[in-house]
Amino acid sequence: MNSKPLRVLIAKPGLDGHDRGAKVIVRALRDAGFEVIYTGIRQTPDMIAAAALQEDVDAVGLSLLSGAHLTLFPEVVKTLRKKGLKDMLVFGGGIIPDEDAAKLRKAGVDRVFGPGTPLQAIVDYLNEKLRVAA
Amino acid sequence: MPRNDDPSDLIKRVRRGDHAAASRALSLVVDEDDASEILAKDFFKSAGRAQKIGVCGPPGAGKSTLTGRLIGHYRKRKLQVGVLAVDPSSSISGGAFLGDRLRIMEHATDPGVFIRSLASRGMIGGLTHTIFGAIHVLEALGCDKIIVETVGTGQDEVEIASVADTVVYVTTPAMGDEIQAMKAGAMEIGDVFVVNKADLAGKDKAVADLRAALGLGHSAGQAPRAWEPPIAATSALSGEGIAELARELDGHWEHLQNSGEGRARLKKQHATELQFWIQRRVVRTALDRVTDTILEEMVAHKSDPASMGRRLLK
Repeated sequence: MNSKPLRVLIAKPGLDGHDRGAKVIVRALRDAGFEVIYTGIRQTPDMIAAAALQEDVDAVGLSLLSGAHLTLFPEVVKTLRKKGLKDMLVFGGGIIPDEDAAKLRKAGVDRVFGPGTPLQAIVDYLNEKLRVAA
Repeated sequence: MPRNDDPSDLIKRVRRGDHAAASRALSLVVDEDDASEILAKDFFKSAGRAQKIGVCGPPGAGKSTLTGRLIGHYRKRKLQVGVLAVDPSSSISGGAFLGDRLRIMEHATDPGVFIRSLASRGMIGGLTHTIFGAIHVLEALGCDKIIVETVGTGQDEVEIASVADTVVYVTTPAMGDEIQAMKAGAMEIGDVFVVNKADLAGKDKAVADLRAALGLGHSAGQAPRAWEPPIAATSALSGEGIAELARELDGHWEHLQNSGEGRARLKKQHATELQFWIQRRVVRTALDRVTDTILEEMVAHKSDPASMGRRLLK
């Protein structure tokens, strides 16, 4: 009993302001029993990492639609590691080609979700990844 | 995440000002982990060192943006600032969307600012059961000002008065006439009132309505109070009025120090913290004993809730 709610930070690095996708994820996770913190748009990797550290989240989800994911996602992972959050689960979403997803995986982004992913798939993924570890 | 949660190590690091340690300590405290009691015992030694500023008021009044402005002001004065922002948990899913941080992200990377979003986790009244423990972590971390932002529940969020030293009640020009301001509830507990969004039309009338409503006590023959709640007009958007608001908050903190009121409030806070602890402990212990057999007994009318409740509380 008393399974504490999982905490997830949803963040938008980079310069695009298209955050409907991020908000849909926030809402889906809230309804699935997660405590979700949303940073808002146009965040630097430093801001995202600081928020993840202060909020003590279990995972960080990155959303980006500008095409800068190959630069920014790994930068966020690196900044998180530098802050001592070595095992932080990082996942991402956006308009991201398959070949890039493989590169991101190598850079420490555990999973990339493309357009059309059922929301339940993301919820299941997080529960599986995080509840097993706990 | 797998974590190194050795309590004595966490305590040492928090007291050195380590944000990562404070963050872990906060989790243990709000999750009511067994280790949290060891932490709480140490952190409580710092209780009362910081001014706890409670920011309350209806949803959309601008509490978070105002908090962001206050952080900026205090940082210019080189003060360490902690923020605890409470948002509601869903009673259906248990989940929560913690959205206050979004308005204060500009301070995210400032090492003199620590911000934590908290979910209300079933508590009504604008706060969360573990709020005191969370405050003590920030006190031990070395914060000079701790801003507690409540869920925007509006008229009835009076719990903050037994948590904060200084209660700031935030309203806007569009929140209604003086009849609204005469109602019981949050209006009674404000130490400083703020008419935010002063850039909107109707600011002067809102301030006048508020002043009139607060002044009605005098005509009703009440004794003059040692502290008359001031009213500040601010625009969190432009930053107008923030320095004045900060001055009023300093003034109230001084008043608490120089009168017996500060000590009286601290005592009331400790009484409330004790009450929270006992309620949590007793209620949880009793609820943990509820089994399916017990519920079956009630379905079969072999027992009733009151008798069963007494038995469980023994």
